[in-house]
Amino acid sequence: MTYRFRDLLALEPLSADELTFILDQSQPFQEIQRHPLKKLATLRGKTVVLAFFENSTRTRLSFGTAASRLGADTMNLQAEASSLKKGETLLDTANNLNAMKPDCFVMRHSSSGAADFVARHLEIPVVNAGDGTHEHPSQGLLDALTIRDRKGTLKNLNVTILGDISHSRVARSNIHLLGKFGCRFTLCGPAMWVPRELEKIGPPGTPIRCVYRVEEALEDADVIIVLRVQTERLHEPSLAQNDYILLYQLNAERMRLAKKDALILHPGPINRGIEITPEVADGPRSAVLEQVTNGVSVRMAILYLLMVGATEGTHPALEVKGETKPKESAHASD
Amino acid sequence: MRLVEKSQLMSAAEIDRTLQRLAHQIVEKSGGTRHLALIGIRRRGVPLAQRIAQAMRGIDGVEVPVGTLDITLYRDDLSTVAPQAVLQSSHISFPVDSLDLVLVDDVLYTGRTVRAAMNGLFDLGRPKRVSLCVLIDRGHREMPIEAQYVGRDIQTSDTEIIEVRLREIDNEERVILVDRVES
Amino acid sequence: MLLIKNGRVLDPASKTDAPRDILLDGERIAKIAPTGKISLANGAEVFDAAGLIVAPGFIDMHVHLREPGQENSETIETGTLAAARGGFTAVCCMPNTKPVNDNASITRFIADRAKAHGHVRVWPIGAASVGSKGEAIAEIGAMRDAGIVAVSDDGKPIATAKLARQIMDYCRTLELPVIEHAEDVSLAAGAVMREGIASTRLGLPGMPAAAESVCVARDVQLAELTGARLHIAHLSAKASLDQVRYAKQNGLRVSCEVTPHHFTLIDEDVTYDSRYKMNPPLAARADREALWQGLADGTVDAIATDHAPHEPALKDVEFDKSPFGILGFETALGLALEQLVHSGKLSLMRMVELFTTGPARVLGKERKLAVSEPADITIFSLDRAWTYNVKESASKSRNSPFDGKSFKGGPAATIVAGKIVYRA
Repeated sequence: MTYRFRDLLALEPLSADELTFILDQSQPFQEIQRHPLKKLATLRGKTVVLAFFENSTRTRLSFGTAASRLGADTMNLQAEASSLKKGETLLDTANNLNAMKPDCFVMRHSSSGAADFVARHLEIPVVNAGDGTHEHPSQGLLDALTIRDRKGTLKNLNVTILGDISHSRVARSNIHLLGKFGCRFTLCGPAMWVPRELEKIGPPGTPIRCVYRVEEALEDADVIIVLRVQTERLHEPSLAQNDYILLYQLNAERMRLAKKDALILHPGPINRGIEITPEVADGPRSAVLEQVTNGVSVRMAILYLLMVGATEGTHPALEVKGETKPKESAHASD
Repeated sequence: MRLVEKSQLMSAAEIDRTLQRLAHQIVEKSGGTRHLALIGIRRRGVPLAQRIAQAMRGIDGVEVPVGTLDITLYRDDLSTVAPQAVLQSSHISFPVDSLDLVLVDDVLYTGRTVRAAMNGLFDLGRPKRVSLCVLIDRGHREMPIEAQYVGRDIQTSDTEIIEVRLREIDNEERVILVDRVES
Repeated sequence: MLLIKNGRVLDPASKTDAPRDILLDGERIAKIAPTGKISLANGAEVFDAAGLIVAPGFIDMHVHLREPGQENSETIETGTLAAARGGFTAVCCMPNTKPVNDNASITRFIADRAKAHGHVRVWPIGAASVGSKGEAIAEIGAMRDAGIVAVSDDGKPIATAKLARQIMDYCRTLELPVIEHAEDVSLAAGAVMREGIASTRLGLPGMPAAAESVCVARDVQLAELTGARLHIAHLSAKASLDQVRYAKQNGLRVSCEVTPHHFTLIDEDVTYDSRYKMNPPLAARADREALWQGLADGTVDAIATDHAPHEPALKDVEFDKSPFGILGFETALGLALEQLVHSGKLSLMRMVELFTTGPARVLGKERKLAVSEPADITIFSLDRAWTYNVKESASKSRNSPFDGKSFKGGPAATIVAGKIVYRA
């Protein structure tokens, strides 16, 4: 099997087999993280753009580390320093960075669909490192890798997601990925953040229910994904923080309702004492630091799959309407 | 282009005898098995390394650690000509520092695979010594690399291919010479 | 003299659907008679309309020509040429130009430019409030005398219920319709498409249908209070249509229009391509069904395109940063035929009514094929196969989601004041 798209814009269009393939290809890189020398020369001479139009520390460092461990060089664009502040359009910025002849374009942007938009204009692979409230594919993959490592499988798990689901690109990527493996979802948070429409966004037939009592959401959960309460979303009507803590915070007492071996994930950065208590975030059921380690492995696999074997001229002409473009099939040499 | 089988180079029994001999040679030359470890290069070096380790157990009664190494990430042609290769896992569960490592592969040809494997090994630590053991050496080197332990030297032309077939992977056990024929 | 012969004449005003020849003399219709009955005067030009429909000139009562102020996106010249190519003989241009058409001098400027460079008739719509800012009432009386046919703060609703009430009161006495862009701006704040499963999936901020219908409800009640003529622009939601239906049943002077994109596309069609972004946004499947019903049963008065050109640089951005609006002229008739007539939802006569007598009635005008009426005629085909290529559009802009779409039937010729301004 090979990865058949030129870009990684979303997990929604990928099949269970394709997702499994990416996770499998992440495993050799998990081993690399344990090596005393972690530097490969696999992508030597290649350049990866890290265009973070929206602030991010963790994801940018993770992609940067992944690129560097594969031997690639990186070009960094950060929101504060970017010429967007000077009124340049996204397209102009992307075209200018592309004129420096990089081999891959990793981008985060506050607009949903921004990576899709850039991919329609660039010929090099585009990796979506988070677009608005749409998707965060590498986060979805690293969550799945962490779950698979801990649970031994991704099949038929009860997955509970807590927080502001409607504005979460992480939740969407989780649903699109885990839904393809038969997982059942319980989405929980204040009603303004958990609209009923969410029940219909998963892969066909995926059981998704929205509940508004955290106790109901935790019952029988195999995996609990706690989202960051986005205090920076100022345009949204804010909920009183005390109300959120009172009604939805994941604490030790509430954790008793989940399965004994329930796994806790958090995409970070954690607001300790708000969406989750420190004792739960740091407890044995929490996998938050494994997520971070796996993030580097998954991103190495993504860069490997998009950049290796993709020589010039193998990209088919751009297609319309934001569909991801199939890459010419390349056969494994083994 | 068609592939035509020209001749059988080794039978199952010959492969087995050869591996036994190689095991003895390695143990002898290494002065025992105490600091020895085998690293099978994926894919067919892996079962070969395991069988050599098994043979060593017969000689010394000692379990020689066996690791496996996938060299895909260390190849020198990945970013230019090669199509995307599927990665396999490497498993080297012991620290390689100060060990006497023997890389095991089926066929030694250009030497590029071994070059890649050594890069991989040195990312893991600083072994005391690295030597190379192959079932077949067919010549045509493109690197200054030689094997210390060779099952059999075979003269080949560069249109020919040597196929090592092992029961663990191929459901049969023999070594054959195949030729590329214009069709 | 121009003789249109061998055509099938469809005239909603007189309920005519028959083979007729029409003779135009100068800017007026001179004669209408059964096929072959008009003897050719010397030197008369002949248009052979065999196999074609001959209808009164189409009116598009909701368009943006962008002049003055945004001539990179459109001008009166390019916009009216695109209108002619779409079969329209008259267009009503919204006042949200730069500066806003909120006084008689701008109105006269537009009328003069149209006279000099326009390919079809241009009937300006004046702003309801000064600068469309929703504070003071614009000089509507002066603009009426300069030629406006209605008032509107299009692009946004009349800001407050109180001002809307005052403008309705005033316009009732001036005999002008008030055209409302119905939107509750607080419900719609930040939204770039209709709220629903599609917006949730795409992660794009959505506005509920209520963002429109809440404002329609407000205005219908104010129309009842004032007795004014109220016209709801680009109506997209079932709940809004229900309000209009209620108003009509209660004898209020309330009308509405629907755009071709709203009766063709729905929110599920939206991708991150900004050519799917317009306001009101593409609605839900159930809304489209309701619009089909309203178009058929008479609740809807007009098809209007809301032709909203934006130069490529403005649209080639992130979806949420793109301005709202798409081109409408050149695809309107093709879409109406495909979606409404060929599919059997509407009779051909009803469709023609929605492009002619329907909007004319809203604007207080007449539209019919009769002797001494203006020689404005739209001739179209029911079956000519053609493909829309936006690169060849007469518009200065390219923002159409229908680029590359194939159609069955469309404009064959557009005649304004006796002159053929477009011929396929």
